Amino acid sequence: MTVFIFRRLIQAVIVLLVTSVIVFLGVYAIGDPLEILLPGDATAAERAQVAASLNLDAPLPLQYVTFLTSALTGDFGNSFVFNRPALTVIFERLPATLELTITALVLSLVIGLPLGLWAGTRPGTLVDESVMTGSILGFSLPNFWQGMMLVMIFSVWLGWLPSTGRGETGTILGIRTSFATWDGITHLILPATNLALAQIALVIRLTRTGVQETMPLDFVKFARARGLSERRILFVHVFKTILIPIVTVIGVEFGSLIAFAVVTETIFAWPGVGKLIIDSINALDRPVVVAYILVIVAMFIVINFLVDVLYSLLDPRIRGRA
Amino acid sequence: MMGALLSGETMFARILRGILASPKATAAALVCLTLVAAALLAPLIAPQDPYDLGAIDFFDSRLPPGSDSLSGMTYWLGTDTQGRDMFSAMLYGLRTSLAVGLTSGLLALVVGTTLGLIAAYMGGRMDAFIMRFVDLMLGFPTILVALMILVVFGQGTWKVILALVFVQWAYFARAVRGAALVETGKDYVEAARCLGLSSTRILAAHILPNCLPPLIVIGTIQVANAIAAEATLSFLGIGLPITEPSLGLLIANGYQVLLAGLYWMSVYPGLLLLAIVFSVNIVGDRLREVLNPRLET
Repeated sequence: MTVFIFRRLIQAVIVLLVTSVIVFLGVYAIGDPLEILLPGDATAAERAQVAASLNLDAPLPLQYVTFLTSALTGDFGNSFVFNRPALTVIFERLPATLELTITALVLSLVIGLPLGLWAGTRPGTLVDESVMTGSILGFSLPNFWQGMMLVMIFSVWLGWLPSTGRGETGTILGIRTSFATWDGITHLILPATNLALAQIALVIRLTRTGVQETMPLDFVKFARARGLSERRILFVHVFKTILIPIVTVIGVEFGSLIAFAVVTETIFAWPGVGKLIIDSINALDRPVVVAYILVIVAMFIVINFLVDVLYSLLDPRIRGRA
Repeated sequence: MMGALLSGETMFARILRGILASPKATAAALVCLTLVAAALLAPLIAPQDPYDLGAIDFFDSRLPPGSDSLSGMTYWLGTDTQGRDMFSAMLYGLRTSLAVGLTSGLLALVVGTTLGLIAAYMGGRMDAFIMRFVDLMLGFPTILVALMILVVFGQGTWKVILALVFVQWAYFARAVRGAALVETGKDYVEAARCLGLSSTRILAAHILPNCLPPLIVIGTIQVANAIAAEATLSFLGIGLPITEPSLGLLIANGYQVLLAGLYWMSVYPGLLLLAIVFSVNIVGDRLREVLNPRLET
């Protein structure tokens, strides 16, 4: 286990370093921020002065070294747009994104697990077939278009729910959240549904497959022979077994939720990191783009690492191999 | 060589029989074929050439579905903000979406298969290295990696394709390696080795044909994913250039006027996108049942 953790750590460092070089070079290539920051009639002296103040006039390798040493202390430079530290700008927006993704995650489990169990216990029936086709539809629906349709139906036509922004937030246990106010909750419903839909489909498929693979196993037959009720067998014995793959998938799922939050936040103008990165790309706000990518890559390395560890903890059969 | 051809034929028959046995998959396959045909024949079917500025009348912009133009043409699906016939624009958009999806799917298949075969056949350090990279790639969501690549390398049609290949090859590599590992241990490979055939020949002519079932399934699903991913990237404004409007870009344009109630500019291209992705996925799901490669979801 220690060797495993150590190897993963070294790998993580290499991945982060390589990403930082590629991202730095790439972002360096996508346009000149001076064009955006300065008015068209700026003199050469003014250009030079701004370039010097942003350290844009140094040679490229030197800029990278400066960038890396400051990045290691959490300093990615000031956002060209907000004129505040890039990392601060990102961490300010992160709670909104986490609120959205966690809500979607909970939704996907609350809806996906029962449907998966329902379909799984009735293999080959119309219920199974419909739920499975429905789930293919669920992940075939282009996320962004499905979000637009939600806006069209529930905001434009029916006028039931607001379509943009986060609404009022309040404080619960010291955390600012939309759950504290009714306005906040109504603003959360559409984006969370949009984000959750594809994941619901995924949870359904996993649960259904898990149930159908577990049902014919000996321990289920034995439980039946002991005269346990079908309900107890399903919810206690079978459920416990299929929870292993599902719990580990949640980690991976959480990752893709954060990725797709970029789309959801763009559609619903949700003030999270996803909308921030798209705005920053369009505004050529280099420090924020670079900081975002490195923060996300680091986050994924941590998530994937935790999933691997969790997997070996939950499933004793894996432990020997790791 | 004969053997490969023969097994290829029987497999095709098996696939065809499998699809025809399921009414749902048959319907989906027909939808796929119709849409591909429509995309290929777009210049013949489309009532208007959306790229020809002379054919577009700005006074016809924002017309709802079923409106007639001054010249007597009926816009069955309405017009966009520039007066383009939506139906024609969608046909050309479908062309672009399919072209990007198929090209990137095919390239990813070639790259992934090659690397997967090398990993399985060479084993050892090479295998470990390639598979580490595969694991790493699969640990990151497609859309996020594609987004990062486009941020780094800039936009353009080929860059979108490059980004999609980069995020998809790992799925092929993992599947091919798994299948090839099983095959490499079999007697016929040993026999081919004893005959002194070159590694390339053994891999391409003997092992590869036996790895086809999982490749076909993943290839189908990845084409659907590529089409959806391209649409998403184009919607976010970091995908294809406006000169080649794919379905994603059409929807993005429609999004600008959706809140004003001009629904047809985003609803119809979206339905077309859904139709193609959904039907390809249904066919892929059926192929998985028929060919039954042990895939992880």
